[in-house]
Amino acid sequence: MIRLENVHKAFGDNHVLQGMNLEIAKGTSMVIIGGSGTGKSVALKCILGLIKPDSGMIYVDGKDATKGDRDAFLARFGMLFQGAALFDSLPVWQNVSFRLLRGPLKRPADYAREIAIEKLRRVGLKSDVADRFPSELSGGMQKRVGLARAIAAEPEIIFFDEPTTGLDPIMSGVINDLIREIVTEMGATAMTITHDMSSVRAIADNVAMLHDGVIQWTGPVGQMDTAGDPYLEQFISGSADGPIEAVR
Amino acid sequence: MNPVALLGGLGRAILDTLAIFGRVAMFAVDAISHIFRPPFYPREFAIALLNIGWLSLPVVGLTAIFTGGALALQIYAGGARFNAEAVVPQIVAIGMVRELGPVLVGLMIAARVTSSIAAEIATMKVTEQIDALVTLSTHPMKYLTAPRVLAALITVPALVGVGDVIGIAGGYTVATQNLGFNPATYLMNTVNFLETRDIVSSLVKGAAFGLIAAIMGCYYGMNSGRGAQGVGRATKSSVESAAILILAANFVLTGVFFSL
Repeated sequence: MIRLENVHKAFGDNHVLQGMNLEIAKGTSMVIIGGSGTGKSVALKCILGLIKPDSGMIYVDGKDATKGDRDAFLARFGMLFQGAALFDSLPVWQNVSFRLLRGPLKRPADYAREIAIEKLRRVGLKSDVADRFPSELSGGMQKRVGLARAIAAEPEIIFFDEPTTGLDPIMSGVINDLIREIVTEMGATAMTITHDMSSVRAIADNVAMLHDGVIQWTGPVGQMDTAGDPYLEQFISGSADGPIEAVR
Repeated sequence: MNPVALLGGLGRAILDTLAIFGRVAMFAVDAISHIFRPPFYPREFAIALLNIGWLSLPVVGLTAIFTGGALALQIYAGGARFNAEAVVPQIVAIGMVRELGPVLVGLMIAARVTSSIAAEIATMKVTEQIDALVTLSTHPMKYLTAPRVLAALITVPALVGVGDVIGIAGGYTVATQNLGFNPATYLMNTVNFLETRDIVSSLVKGAAFGLIAAIMGCYYGMNSGRGAQGVGRATKSSVESAAILILAANFVLTGVFFSL
């Protein structure tokens, strides 16, 4: 469903992606792991068209992701940002129903509010949260609202950028379980970026490790611990000794 | 110092400055073009009208009234040197409408509105809210820039008009209460002296300054660097650029209206 072929991206002298190849099958959950600054978020933003790759091709359902109707393309995606990226000036329900309140998917405000409350319930938030502003919520609640927004328009593809960063282990577990449940329930294709190995085990069908701008290893999550790849082993164990330099 | 290196440095500085002008000009054309192309966001436009226009009224009014009063005192004191105290109403009117009204309102808008637009959009950028807008199929130029630019184009001339009237009222109050002018004569002299061209120039300057203020706020916000420092730098640069461009545009427009 999503295929990256030989994707390169550099920022000045910093060559972040150096020929990344990756394939994510429809309806599966792919988790991309790798150290900080290895280009995981850049890869994700390249797929969405937020960053233009220097070279290489990105296909979604066999079609070049850079061509065709951009709105129709983006309408297929939902995204949970690292910091939730909620709009400060809007109450929670309007954040969740953002797509339903304007543009081609516009619906009556009452209906959009109902959908927002339903999605908030789906991520474990009570309806009284709907009228609060993002600044009045804790980090975990903001992540859940971000998740509700990502699924509000029932997208086919959902991206999760560091979904558990900054959360305590219990809240991380809650978010991981929610992501797994929602992806399974919606039959969506998911791509998650994380450093958190508990997230990997909870969310992934398949795992890809990005290092030095290329996919170092990819395979089913069940084979991750026995893959025998020294980069992957070092990352999973969190050891400072190994092929990945601890000081970067 | 090596003269070639010096020339090279000078050339680079000039090219960098021209590149910034080019980028701002292209951004301005893009922003203005989005005003006329759907989808439109009436709610965001209404909020921008409120923030830029209505909520700027107190600061504009206070600036204008004190400036008008001070202007009356200065003209009276200066005119007394050659027995020309009687020109206070005419000079206050022409000074406020042609120059001080538009320029002071423009600078107050640069301080209040440009900074606020730049800081808000820059914060949205560093917290990935702009990326979130894109993923929600919403064009940031249409949603963030076009409503603010249109609102500034409409409200700043109106604010200039209000500022002109309040400034003249400030001069009137000082002149009639402290300097012994007859109220009816003061008003008659003010009205008779002003020409249509004075008022049109004032409003055109207001529209130009509003456009500059909104464009600079949006441009620096959208092109902000990372983190708190990036937001701070974007805000500072937006206000500096808007203030300088407003003063430069004022010079050009004064030339166009009154020297040609």
